[in-house]
Amino acid sequence: MQSLVLPKRKSSWISNSLKEKLIHGFFFLNGILSVLVLLGIFALLLLTAIPAFREVNIFSFLFGLDWNPTSYVKEVYGIVPMLVSTFMVTLGALVIAVPIGIGTAAYLSDVANPRVREIVKPVVEILAGIPSVVIGFLGIVLLGPIIAKVFNIHNGLNALNGSILLAVMALPTIISITEDALKNVPVSYESASLALGATKWQTVIKVKIPAALSGIIAATMLGMGRAIGETMTVLMATGCAPAMPESFLGPVRTLTSSIAIELGEVAYNTTHYYALFALGLVLFILTFIINLISDIYLHKFEKVNR
Amino acid sequence: MLKEKKSSPRFNMTNKKNTSKEDNGIKITVTDFNFYYDTVHALKNINLQIRKNKVVGIIGPSGCGKSTFLRCFNRMNDTIAGIRYEGQIAIDDKNIFDKNLDVVDLRRDVGMVFQKSNPFPKSIFENVAYGLKINGIKDKAFIIERVEQSLKNAALWTEVKDRLHKSAFALSGGQQQRLCIARALAVEPEVLLLDEPASALDPIATAKVEELIFQLKQKYTIIIVTHNMQQAARVSEYTAFFMLGELIEYDITNKMFTNPAKKITEEYITGRFG
Repeated sequence: MQSLVLPKRKSSWISNSLKEKLIHGFFFLNGILSVLVLLGIFALLLLTAIPAFREVNIFSFLFGLDWNPTSYVKEVYGIVPMLVSTFMVTLGALVIAVPIGIGTAAYLSDVANPRVREIVKPVVEILAGIPSVVIGFLGIVLLGPIIAKVFNIHNGLNALNGSILLAVMALPTIISITEDALKNVPVSYESASLALGATKWQTVIKVKIPAALSGIIAATMLGMGRAIGETMTVLMATGCAPAMPESFLGPVRTLTSSIAIELGEVAYNTTHYYALFALGLVLFILTFIINLISDIYLHKFEKVNR
Repeated sequence: MLKEKKSSPRFNMTNKKNTSKEDNGIKITVTDFNFYYDTVHALKNINLQIRKNKVVGIIGPSGCGKSTFLRCFNRMNDTIAGIRYEGQIAIDDKNIFDKNLDVVDLRRDVGMVFQKSNPFPKSIFENVAYGLKINGIKDKAFIIERVEQSLKNAALWTEVKDRLHKSAFALSGGQQQRLCIARALAVEPEVLLLDEPASALDPIATAKVEELIFQLKQKYTIIIVTHNMQQAARVSEYTAFFMLGELIEYDITNKMFTNPAKKITEEYITGRFG
């Protein structure tokens, strides 16, 4: 057998060890890029938001019940109506999405035969890829009229509409993480339950779901993070009246849609301009906390099942 | 369905199970039983009878089908795709593969304890109460009493009575296994299947579990799979020796261990292979 002769390496203008170092540096930069971006965003928000509080009292900002930055009489910057709107729409979305999500996940992980699962799972994942503007559009032309008709009101663009649309958008996240959580419950729990004479559903409800609870909470929090940050859909579907929301059937304006609506028209470097950045900062902190909580639960869940 | 179960006599404490009158002492009859995983013929033409309130040990080398055989009695193999049965297993003269038989009912009558202790991630109390609750029992006083009794029967009560509402995971391995036995006992099965219940335990915990088995046979018919020859000799009154899916020999334990009918049995028992 002929021995293999490796071709000589071409001597290049750059030494091998330097090349290694450069490559190492390149991947290191890639690795910390997202951290830098996050810090950059936070710094920008913070620096641009702080000037707002030279003229606006921070307490009247956080606890004020009126948001009217363009008033001719007195400009007021109270974010409570928007906070309430955001929480209403988000909680409404979760109330709808969590039971459906858990039900779907339980069906996929424990009941559906493989053929059905192979069809349903990709469909759920495609749902996550629908652009939010398309969902908002459906809210205006389809869901709005239906809500108006069912509740006998003039206008179907309200908090309920936004909640339903956000539920649809949060579902894929909730379903896929909950399904993973259920799949990871040790088989021995299931065997023990079945061997005691439990039915399949009793086993799912009384053993598997409680055992997967931290994963399910993480799924819910991630879905919630998605719902809070969503802009286009709520902007289109919720009516956007900047007043204190009265009910789920009234128009609401969330933090996100306020920023989207007003930032395009605000004069640069005015108090109003800074106040919008302060809104962004509040939103950033909210989603950060929610993601943090979901991360904690997700880790707890991984630990339990190891 | 659950409502019916609630009123069924099995959970009425005063009403003991009515056993068949002309009792010939036979609890389980296995007739021409074959079992397949897809194309693998895992159990071949098994015939045996198990007497009431006896402990039957099943021994044999790894992969001989002894665990598969055990899991046939409560049809736990049903959860595996692509399995097939032939022949029959009758408990109290009722074929457990009968189409009209609800497998959920069967599993309540035939309790099982697994090789690795598998308590639920719940409290000690909730673990034992689980079987009662899923059977629709809501009477709190009854549940409390039955939990206590089951823990006593599993020789665990004195060790856990002060921490019933603590997590079952805080117990030691041996305690967890006895908890699993208590959990199985709580629904008052008639037959108890033990799948190498002591294989993951230290000698002291093993001794406790064995002692427990000895006491439990007063009330239950017990089938125990074991890897450990001495254990089979100690706890069982009858022993079945399996090899390559066949029942090689089935006899009174004493006789089997002192004077086996077949050479291969003797070779296995004396440790020449396996």
